[in-house]
Amino acid sequence: MSESHSPEDIKKHVRTYLMVFGSLAVLTIVTVAVGYMELSIWPALIVALAIATLKSGLVAAHFMHLITEQKMILHLLILTFVFLGIMFILFISAYNDQEGLLAVANLI
Amino acid sequence: MTNETEPDFHAMEGNEGEAAHEDHHHELSFWRKYIFSTDHKMIGLQYGFTALLFLLFGFGLMLLMRWQLASPGEPIPFIGWLFSDETAPGGIMLPEFYNQLGAMHGTIMVFLGVVPLAVGAFGNYIVPLQIGAPDMAFPKLNMASYWSYFVGGVVMLASFLVPAGAAKAGWTSYPPLADIETMGQTMWLIGMIFLITSSLLGAVNFLTTIIQLRAEGMTYMRMPFFTWTQFITSFLLLLAFPPLEAAGVLQLFDRLLDTSFFLPSGLVVSGEVLEVSGGGSPLLWQHLFWFLAHPEVYVLILPAMGIVTEIIANNTRKPIWGLKLLIYSLIFLGFMSFVVWAHHMFITGMGTSLSGFFQVTTMIISVPSVIILSGLFLTLWGASMRFTTPMLFALAFLPMFGLGGLTGLPLGLAPTDIPLHDTMYIIGHFHYIVAPGTILALFAGIYYWYPKATGRQMNETLGKIHFWGSFICMNGIFFPMFFQGMAGLSRRLYDGGASYEFAEGVIHYNPIMSAFAFLLLLAQVPFMINFFMSMKKGKKVGSNPWEATTLEWTATTSPPLAHGNFEETPSVYRGPYEYSVPGADSDFTPQNQP
Amino acid sequence: MDIPYTVKSRPDTGVYNAKLGIWLFLASEIMLFGGLFSAYIFLRMGAPTWPGMIDGHMYTRASEILSVPLATVNTMVLIASSVTIVMAWASLALNDFKKYKMYMGITILCAFGFLVIKYFEYAAKFDHGYLPEDSTFLAIYFVMTGLHMLHVVGGIIVNGYLWGPGAKMWKTNPEQFKHRIEVAGLYWHFVDIVWIFLFPTIYLL
Repeated sequence: MSESHSPEDIKKHVRTYLMVFGSLAVLTIVTVAVGYMELSIWPALIVALAIATLKSGLVAAHFMHLITEQKMILHLLILTFVFLGIMFILFISAYNDQEGLLAVANLI
Repeated sequence: MTNETEPDFHAMEGNEGEAAHEDHHHELSFWRKYIFSTDHKMIGLQYGFTALLFLLFGFGLMLLMRWQLASPGEPIPFIGWLFSDETAPGGIMLPEFYNQLGAMHGTIMVFLGVVPLAVGAFGNYIVPLQIGAPDMAFPKLNMASYWSYFVGGVVMLASFLVPAGAAKAGWTSYPPLADIETMGQTMWLIGMIFLITSSLLGAVNFLTTIIQLRAEGMTYMRMPFFTWTQFITSFLLLLAFPPLEAAGVLQLFDRLLDTSFFLPSGLVVSGEVLEVSGGGSPLLWQHLFWFLAHPEVYVLILPAMGIVTEIIANNTRKPIWGLKLLIYSLIFLGFMSFVVWAHHMFITGMGTSLSGFFQVTTMIISVPSVIILSGLFLTLWGASMRFTTPMLFALAFLPMFGLGGLTGLPLGLAPTDIPLHDTMYIIGHFHYIVAPGTILALFAGIYYWYPKATGRQMNETLGKIHFWGSFICMNGIFFPMFFQGMAGLSRRLYDGGASYEFAEGVIHYNPIMSAFAFLLLLAQVPFMINFFMSMKKGKKVGSNPWEATTLEWTATTSPPLAHGNFEETPSVYRGPYEYSVPGADSDFTPQNQP
Repeated sequence: MDIPYTVKSRPDTGVYNAKLGIWLFLASEIMLFGGLFSAYIFLRMGAPTWPGMIDGHMYTRASEILSVPLATVNTMVLIASSVTIVMAWASLALNDFKKYKMYMGITILCAFGFLVIKYFEYAAKFDHGYLPEDSTFLAIYFVMTGLHMLHVVGGIIVNGYLWGPGAKMWKTNPEQFKHRIEVAGLYWHFVDIVWIFLFPTIYLL
């Protein structure tokens, strides 16, 4: 991210901040509305996570300046999310694959 | 736009940090200089002394256990009277006390001894010097890291004194047992939270320092391997510890607020159904714990590999064979360490898909380790070997770590792991890596860098006695464990297997192994004498007694300058191991030589 | 002693030390909350119904126990505070200290507002006799929102310091002070993002 910000740059940023705020407010309402629709678990999960990802993407990109940030920071975040993803996927797989336990239970 | 307050340009000196004003050679008080220091060298020494004391304490716990294993049911000699009726009535160790010793020996050695010494002491002291930095990026955070570690250590020690004593559910704190254990287990969790915090703050500091404060000309590929190992280790600490911190919080909730994160429904304790909501999963704890604990074992070994690499290059007068390959292997190893953890859990009832996945990743992770070890072995070929004390320890590391690693192969494959899991074989496997592996490397590091920190060299004769004594005794303690494990002898048995008929063939090793353990203690005496004696009586040396190439030796005094380390910030022109360069004036060319 | 790149950015990395430091810290925090989310997923997968049986009552939706309206308000409060803290930083970039104080002040007030609403939420549970020990749903609800709340408190302390005694640095080293606000802002936005995920996961799904 460039160090020196001219007043014009900052004012442009301020406009962006306010637009992002507006979007976040709208998306929050959408989230709650979809919540009240009481969809079944899979569609509900996908929609909720998609909206949450969009909202946090906006916060990260604009409020946290990631959109103009150095590549190094982005690489760090990608690495972190890779490990996070690995943790989620393997935990879920571990829960699903307890075949050994069932096999032992059947023996009894 | 109106300015309410204009910055006071006169008060600023156009300097970098807020601390610029304080940099005018005023003497620090005793407290600021030695106790609440923000200087990485002092903090490194603080970590070093504290960690060595904890290692000695953890060693003491082990000696009590080995006494019990050698003579189960016999009163502890000489010091038996020190123990209360709760722990060892009449000097005869109760099983509950044995379990406390086991759990705390592991916890203290790993979290209060080895990691603080390898990372907190060596990392803090050496890394800024090796990269040409005046200090760590965040000196005050560094101080906070040390004190967080110290508090964690105090909590852990204090847990021995509470009713029913310290944690006794293993260093792994598995629920449901850990959830319902006595108060000591709560203190274990609280202690761990302080220790984890210390490591996280340290990791942030190390990573920022290495990325931001490398001197001019020090590209990543010119960084010494020791700094590389600290770099990768810090990534492991940063990203792997937090899930365990989360798990620790959950277990604290289970213990203090009666939640059931890890307690399944319908759990029966002492004949009665536990009055909790249930619905929890003991398996969840294991996954969260091992998600950290596997990368943690790489935290235990990587700094050791780094130390050994520095010493081998220096004492063979050769560049490290395949340095770039070793660095890439290190990075790959760091990444892989996150996806192998469930090889600690093959007997938890996982199906073949999951088990297959973890077997494959575990087999793959052995490759980079072998590459690194091979590179170090190949460096020895054609070397002008100097058998100094540090070099003896470093050389011994290679086959010892090799043996430890090889014994891990059957453990990485589920069919062979299943009969060996939770037997003495495992204890032998990991102790080979940590004791004749890492600890020998840490000793190597002490002998190697002692002249840098003190300006004096340790005595070679005492060093060699220390080496041979330690090397022989460690093998004597741990090698028979493989036979015991293969015969089916379980770990964590307070009588060493005396009550099991099938163990008869291997029980006789116990007294021999215990004898070696006590001899190992004896072997540390020359080290302790040497360490303290040499501070006053050791041979005085200059800034580079080992004729090494890296910046900590070539760019500053011994000990380094108190303020900012270097007279002037060094510039780096070459790689870290330019020994015996053809056509050069001498057999080593410093990194900062143009 | 001068630590390089405390204020100026290092040319090849493009960042100053504290910025890298805070992002590294946030990476570890992602793994911390990630660990808790993994626990949530694991426990929910293992539960026959969710939220399930609590004190004899069968609940099929979280909104039957938790107050979605209150949490929605809290979400808006936190998002607003995220805007105000970045506005605080922008004000400093434009050399307007008074505006900085105003925006930072509003940020802190919003944070307190969040805590007040949380107080009412928790109090309603306790009054009903609903404690963490009564079900895994409640347990994970209290732990996750509680840990998040502790992070809000931490933010209040840091932001409060930077609004009050810490603001003196604007006079002596404005560049470094601006950096501190940027770094504090990054932490605060992270706290906001965690809630953005926490809210639908716990209250709506």
